[in-house]
Amino acid sequence: MGKHLIEFKNVCKTFDDTEVLKNINLHIDENEFLTLLGPSGCGKSTLLRIIAGFEEPTSGSVCFEGADLCGVPAYERKVNTVFQRYALFPHLDVYDNIAFGLHIKKLGSKEIDSKVRRVLELVNLKGFERRTIGSLSGGQQQRIAIARAIVNEPKVLLLDEPLAALDLKLRQGMQLELKNMQRELGITFVYVTHDQEEALTMSDTIVVMKEGTIQQIGKPTDIYNEPKNAYVADFIGESNIISGIMKHDCLVNIMDTDLECVDTGFAPDESVDVVIRPEDIYILDPDKGKITGVVESVTFKGVHYEMVIDSNGFKWLVHDTAKYEVGSDVSLLVKPFDIHIMKKS
Amino acid sequence: MFKKTLSYPHLVWMVLFVIAPMFLIFLYAFTVTDDGGTLSFTLENFAKFFEPMYIKILFNSVWIAFLSVVFCIILGYPAAKIIADRDRRRIAMGKKATGLLMLFVMPMWMNVMLRLYAWLTILQPDGVLNSFLSLLGLPKLDIMYTQTAVVLGTVYDFIPFMIMPIYSVLIKIDDSVIEAAQDLGANKTRVFWKVILPLSMPGVVSGITMVFLPALTSFYISDFFSGGQFMLIGNLIEKNFKNPVGRNFGSALSIILMIFAFLSMHVMKIFNKSNRQMDMY
Amino acid sequence: MKKHFFKSFIENIYLFLMFLFLYFPIVILMIFSFNSIKSTSNWGGFSTRWYVQMFSDDALLGAFGTTITIAIIAALASCVIGTAAAIGIQGFRSKRLKGLINAVTNLPMVSSELVMGVSMMMLFLTVKIPLGYFTLLLAHITFCVPYVIVSVLPKLVQLDAGLYEAALDLGAKPFYAFRKVVLPEIKPGIISGMLIAFTLSIDDFVISFFTTGNGVNNLSIYIYSSVRRGVNPMYNALSTVMFILVAILLFIINKRSSSKTGDSPIGVLG
Repeated sequence: MGKHLIEFKNVCKTFDDTEVLKNINLHIDENEFLTLLGPSGCGKSTLLRIIAGFEEPTSGSVCFEGADLCGVPAYERKVNTVFQRYALFPHLDVYDNIAFGLHIKKLGSKEIDSKVRRVLELVNLKGFERRTIGSLSGGQQQRIAIARAIVNEPKVLLLDEPLAALDLKLRQGMQLELKNMQRELGITFVYVTHDQEEALTMSDTIVVMKEGTIQQIGKPTDIYNEPKNAYVADFIGESNIISGIMKHDCLVNIMDTDLECVDTGFAPDESVDVVIRPEDIYILDPDKGKITGVVESVTFKGVHYEMVIDSNGFKWLVHDTAKYEVGSDVSLLVKPFDIHIMKKS
Repeated sequence: MFKKTLSYPHLVWMVLFVIAPMFLIFLYAFTVTDDGGTLSFTLENFAKFFEPMYIKILFNSVWIAFLSVVFCIILGYPAAKIIADRDRRRIAMGKKATGLLMLFVMPMWMNVMLRLYAWLTILQPDGVLNSFLSLLGLPKLDIMYTQTAVVLGTVYDFIPFMIMPIYSVLIKIDDSVIEAAQDLGANKTRVFWKVILPLSMPGVVSGITMVFLPALTSFYISDFFSGGQFMLIGNLIEKNFKNPVGRNFGSALSIILMIFAFLSMHVMKIFNKSNRQMDMY
Repeated sequence: MKKHFFKSFIENIYLFLMFLFLYFPIVILMIFSFNSIKSTSNWGGFSTRWYVQMFSDDALLGAFGTTITIAIIAALASCVIGTAAAIGIQGFRSKRLKGLINAVTNLPMVSSELVMGVSMMMLFLTVKIPLGYFTLLLAHITFCVPYVIVSVLPKLVQLDAGLYEAALDLGAKPFYAFRKVVLPEIKPGIISGMLIAFTLSIDDFVISFFTTGNGVNNLSIYIYSSVRRGVNPMYNALSTVMFILVAILLFIINKRSSSKTGDSPIGVLG
């Protein structure tokens, strides 16, 4: 990873007395694929709009290549955006949409022509030059929106939930394509999404946000395996979150059962959140595991079964390839390094 | 992009040419000018209105406007319904609308005076109607210079304003709503009374507001069809403003008219709470 | 099937009677405009004398000219003021302020034409602007602007705010972005607003009646004042000409907007 390209320092943003961003500190590196992840209303889109220049921070500063962006209008910034609903100009055809930015730069028509063709090839829509926007499918519009942005060779490409309107299959295909495109073009992508799977698949860095604050910044694997708190754990993938007491280092007690773990550094008898991923739980015959329960429901998910195990009122979500019938008594087992202990938030 | 300053010319214009004139009307309505030219506050302009003669004119106007509205609905609703049904069927099949609405609206675009003039030539004592009747050996009809003629002229002039809003509501009714009602066992008559009519009420209500007030004040129609002998509140206001000494009383009449208009609109609003379109009119 | 046929038969008869009611007077006018004698019930032979008379009546032609020029200027002016205003109104964030502005804007549409007319007359008399062409024009612009706003506003509300931002994002300066992206999107609203303004101005009688003077007449006022002096077949000729003009104009508009329902001025009026 290269040097810091964009730097947020103590950025706050309020709209009509509502704090949307609270003291954001963040840096985005060159050639990085960074994803802002969080539920709607967490401020991720506002953050993106601040980079694009559609919003100014209420306080704090944003630097681009070391220079303060404050007061620089959107049309003078070296960033381009792929909008959530594409925002393609409906009265222009595909070619004129893509050439819009190039015309403003006053490039020669030959140069514009070759650039438009090259970028159309890149998004696999060769020959679509004279099609009207209305005649394109959602996926094609999506590609044109990307083409229109990257043809301007921005330093940073901002993507605001660009795949949200596509169906699942198309979305998965586009995820890979976007990732490849980013590698090929060598530009920084800042990607906003509420879909954790999308974030895990594509990103170099994930920024998990909640109510205007950053919860965790890290690589996808770190975020998934070492969530900083129960919120992150819950947001990134399905999790079983249960209250527990840390008896001492490497021993946690949940539901009156002592479980070995690998976490240290908590006070004796400290109240903690215990997070266990459904795929990290082994479902066994009674007496073989540590926690006992009754199978409440079984759903086949293609590769594995998703089972809900009722254990004294707590519903464990378990993914396993072995199937137990509804109503049967079972026991559960978790390996020590799959138990994640978090301070109560 | 949405710079507030862009609306300032319009706002200034409105203050100068709508708000300020209204203010003047209020000023005149509550004052009298004595011989020396000084203004003094008074309520006598309003008191004058309560003389039996003027009250009778108001009742007459309201009656004529009411009759006109009723006839506009009776004649206009079925027309709007028939055209809307046909257009909806065609649009559902991906075809263009029939354009019948256009035919209903077209006379409206011809000059208002020429429209009324056309009826004048028909209704005159020696006009087309009477020569047609005498051709059939029937007695002559003296419609001209009667209340009937005024109502006829008003209905003719304003019926497009009743048809258009009803049509525009009917055309938007979702076919699935009607199908759902039929699915639930309603026959055609029930579907109409229980589903279509209630859904089209917003259109009827805007139609009423678009016809009633103009019908109340269109002094030129009663001028045309009654030769000026049939006074409506509109004529009264017109006469008073055209004469410099009547302007205080005219202003008071205007205010009474406005209050009346806003009251009737408010009644309509209550009558039709769900109608959002009302804010427009 | 039989029942359906019966129903549409009844419907057709009803529509026919309605059209008869609407068009019979106009057709009578048209027929008698070619009558050689001054009667509206007896036919005296074919003649175009009323057309000749119409085109040599200076007062009538003057009134016609006033009507047209006022309508054109009022339509253009209200189009500019109204479009700018609609964009500006969208900029107000406060709901209450927006509501107030909309209420003021709607005032000319909801309050009686008669009251609008007399109140403006009082204004012009008070500030001593002589009634005439200029005051007539001011009055027409005043009642036209709200209709332009009402037809442009929905287009602005529909407009994807992202389009304007996308243009800025691609390097367009604000005015360029407006011209190239926003204007093409709201153009149908502006044009139908302008058409409504134009037709309202042409047709207006009540407001014009009070706000003009010094011998400046538009067509409505001219006919109003002369018809009361008696029937003149010249107006039959005039009606025929006007009707044909309107039919042509409506035909063009219908062609323009037939593909997109809701863009026609009729849709907005309704």
